[in-house]
Amino acid sequence: MAQQQKQQKKLEGLSRELIALRIANELEDGTYVNLGIGIPTLVSNWIEGRDIVLQAEIGMLNTGPLARESEVDQDLINASCQPVTELPGCCYFSDCESFAMIRGGYMDAAVLGALQVSEQGDLAGWNNPERGFPEHIGNIGGSMDLAVGAKKVIVAMTHVTTSGEPKIVKKCAYPITAERVVKLIVTDLAVIEVTDKGLVLKEVAPGLTAEDIQSVTEPRLNIAPDLKEIQL
Amino acid sequence: MDKAFTSIDEAVADIPDGASIVIGGFFTAGTPYQLIRALARHKAKNLTIMVQSFGPGNEDISQLVLQGQVKKAICNYPFYRSATRGARSAFERAVRSGKVEVEVYPMGTFIEKLRAGGAGLAAFYTPTGVGTVAERGKEKRTFNGRDYLLELAFRPDYALVHAGYGDRMGNLICRKTARNYTPDMAAAARITIASVEELVEPGELDPDKIHVPGIYVQRVVEVERLHYIPTIE
Repeated sequence: MAQQQKQQKKLEGLSRELIALRIANELEDGTYVNLGIGIPTLVSNWIEGRDIVLQAEIGMLNTGPLARESEVDQDLINASCQPVTELPGCCYFSDCESFAMIRGGYMDAAVLGALQVSEQGDLAGWNNPERGFPEHIGNIGGSMDLAVGAKKVIVAMTHVTTSGEPKIVKKCAYPITAERVVKLIVTDLAVIEVTDKGLVLKEVAPGLTAEDIQSVTEPRLNIAPDLKEIQL
Repeated sequence: MDKAFTSIDEAVADIPDGASIVIGGFFTAGTPYQLIRALARHKAKNLTIMVQSFGPGNEDISQLVLQGQVKKAICNYPFYRSATRGARSAFERAVRSGKVEVEVYPMGTFIEKLRAGGAGLAAFYTPTGVGTVAERGKEKRTFNGRDYLLELAFRPDYALVHAGYGDRMGNLICRKTARNYTPDMAAAARITIASVEELVEPGELDPDKIHVPGIYVQRVVEVERLHYIPTIE
């Protein structure tokens, strides 16, 4: 079985931009959302004009699109240190207040990247042991606060590592960010919901089958009765 | 009450060896670059430095590491995101060789420790970090069915912060997202030294728009506005 998996050809799925689009479709109007570094940041490209307020943990609500070169203000950046712009109704506050609102439960959703997600919804994303530092030090940043504070944690990531290993696992081998917090996993290959009864495969990328997704996912997937192609 | 210094070097001159110092700035925004350079010229040693990062957006702080001034670093995002870039960093080399000790806290915990310190609180309970390496050695307690970790307040000797505008009484107004850690770091430290891009007379700042009340700021020094390109790499 393991050998069979290794021999399988690499599955082709959505681009990073389309993973972001699928997540944008998941976000509801009238909500406050925080986007993490990496694929999550791309979600902002798909929500212009929507009634969604982005929070930047540096201390801003209603963060606008990335600044064009002529608009760059060195005192106006997002948490990924990218120059951004203001939208009407935006406001600034301290980092301490920013995390008070995050822990306080005011974020309707946080979209975060991940190195691994477990079948129980444990998230591992802050520390890649391959950097060779002791296990307790690494770039935690705002990830642990967002993971425990947001009402809904959505993970955006590639389904497997660059060497083809599953990132959706029975138990995280990497140091975790938070326990049992992930509600939805959107990858290049599939949309998977984390439930009390295990992982539920809801959508697959065009041309793929549930068996394809299971072959690159460590825990057993429950197949949704209405399994469909990823809706974009 | 006039807290203005004309010389930035005089403003940091009494920082002793072994001091604990918090330094403001979120990557590039609000980082007190000129005060960091003054601290490098001052050469105080065995310092405990509490700052978001020793990597992205904070090249000047490398000088403190290269000169062997830093004994311990307390951060929330200490390293470069890129392993290749990180391998060239003086800080990462010092950490790997054991020359600098590092503590890392989740960002919200990092700044709340300072808020609590400045507000006269000994500690607080946070749900952040439960079940992770961040809970090591900390008391865990359950309130209303949810687990929390006890985190101790932090009361540093000095804070180095930056603001767009300040008056001679130490009142500060920050610009946009450059506010970030400044108010809570200023309140936490026993002595806060603020660099400002525009120093004005009392009464010239709108009292309704002050972000840091002057009581938290002991020294203020005007510096030239530096221009830089915000980047994480």
